[in-house]
Amino acid sequence: MSSWLSQHGYALMRALRQLAAAPVTSLLSIIVFSIVLSLPAGIFILLENLREISGQATDTQQMTIMLDTVAGQADIELINTQLEKMPAIEGFLFISKEIALQELKQESGMAEVIHNLGQNPLPDAFVINLGHMSANEIEKTQVVAQSWPKVAHVLVDTDWVRKLDAMLEVGRLVVIMLASLFGAALVIVMFNTIRLQMLTGRDEIELSKLIGATDGYIRRPFLYFGTIQGVVGAALAWLLLYLAITKLNEALSELARLYATTLTLNHLSWKDSLILLLFSGTLGWIGARWSVARHLSQIDHESTVS
Amino acid sequence: MAAMIRFNNVSKFYPREYEALKNITLSIDQGELVFFSGHSGAGKSTLLKLIVAIERPTSGDISVGQQNIGLLRRSAIPYLRRNIGMIFQEQKILYDRNVFANVMLPLQVTAFDTKTSASRVRAALDKVGLLNKEKADPITLSGGEKQRLCIARAVVHRPTVLIADEPTANLDSGYARDIMAVFESFNQVGVTVLISTHDTMLLDTTQHRVLELDHGKLVA
Repeated sequence: MSSWLSQHGYALMRALRQLAAAPVTSLLSIIVFSIVLSLPAGIFILLENLREISGQATDTQQMTIMLDTVAGQADIELINTQLEKMPAIEGFLFISKEIALQELKQESGMAEVIHNLGQNPLPDAFVINLGHMSANEIEKTQVVAQSWPKVAHVLVDTDWVRKLDAMLEVGRLVVIMLASLFGAALVIVMFNTIRLQMLTGRDEIELSKLIGATDGYIRRPFLYFGTIQGVVGAALAWLLLYLAITKLNEALSELARLYATTLTLNHLSWKDSLILLLFSGTLGWIGARWSVARHLSQIDHESTVS
Repeated sequence: MAAMIRFNNVSKFYPREYEALKNITLSIDQGELVFFSGHSGAGKSTLLKLIVAIERPTSGDISVGQQNIGLLRRSAIPYLRRNIGMIFQEQKILYDRNVFANVMLPLQVTAFDTKTSASRVRAALDKVGLLNKEKADPITLSGGEKQRLCIARAVVHRPTVLIADEPTANLDSGYARDIMAVFESFNQVGVTVLISTHDTMLLDTTQHRVLELDHGKLVA
């Protein structure tokens, strides 16, 4: 066990020394990793934020029944009774035209304009919480509600959520494709970096093999090197995205304030951040492993025929 | 005495029909010092490479200790080499590190602990007379010192077999005698030593067995 640990400790130290020996090259390589990872990770963050908004919307499917402006108290009570008889709905709320007007005044900042209208243009309305009703059930409920007396409009605005979900699915595929494509590029970058290192250290590798080094012993420092570069590259990408999101949130909060609402982008969750680090570290590891395997067999072949 | 190395009808062909060794049969006892002589291209280096599995025989059997080299899997070769010390014709010194670090390399490869390694490296350097140069840059060493560095590196892990390919090539006679004295001292403590050379002065004065190769055949 202590021998195993000392071998890994030695390999890790060699990898760190290798990074320190060529700081500019190492930094450039890490920057390449971070930039390449930032794009798919950035799109992923955007999609996750949109998914959250869409999720909030689908979690609270609502139907709004707007009554005719001439509807009276008896009509309202009749609809109230009808709604109470519907077990499929999770609940409903009556919003009188007076309350609706008051809320509009408070939230939109158009109090003066509304005051000048002279009369209340808003109808009485029932806002119905549909819970997790299926599209078919929603449609049936809509038809039934539409048939009640003094009902002017029945609005079910979940179509945009479905469209957004479909777009998010396309976006998810785009992220997977970009991540695969860029991942392959990063593996190739690491393959080449390790190839150059192996060419530089070829004498030592050849000698080590002749005096009894296993392939694992030779491979290990390069694997640590690839993994470290991948992980540090991902950490830098995370930081770049954090700075970008902070800056965007400043601009978004200003925009949202104008519409009297709040809007902020969330960064990657801890779980997704960890996945980003592991993904990038694995890419570095794969590139290094592939390169070492290929060049070790090349060295074996050349030292045999020489 | 038990045989340490055995060749049984060993041949080695290279591509384009070049036959480096032809039907070699020989036996070297444990603790023996043997010279392989012959002109350049006679097959001396190939024979030594076969013992450490740098090359594989085209036909025939080779055994080192109780191991049949021909049956060794690729992954087992490093462990065979850890029991053999090798001094290469082209020295293979690493010039990016000092003398101490060069000699340390075989112990790093076998994961010796640091304290034991340091004392073993100093012991090996002391044995070849380079203890006062442990921090020296190899580029500053003379030809004889470089060769002694290679010997220290070959013996630091205390192998049972020591193989030297042309160890006195490019050395003047004084250095060559020093190097041979070092090999003799290892042989006296039971290490099996195989030396390939075409240094006639060395061969004429030795009391040890000399096996002569000519165009891949064992002639004496």
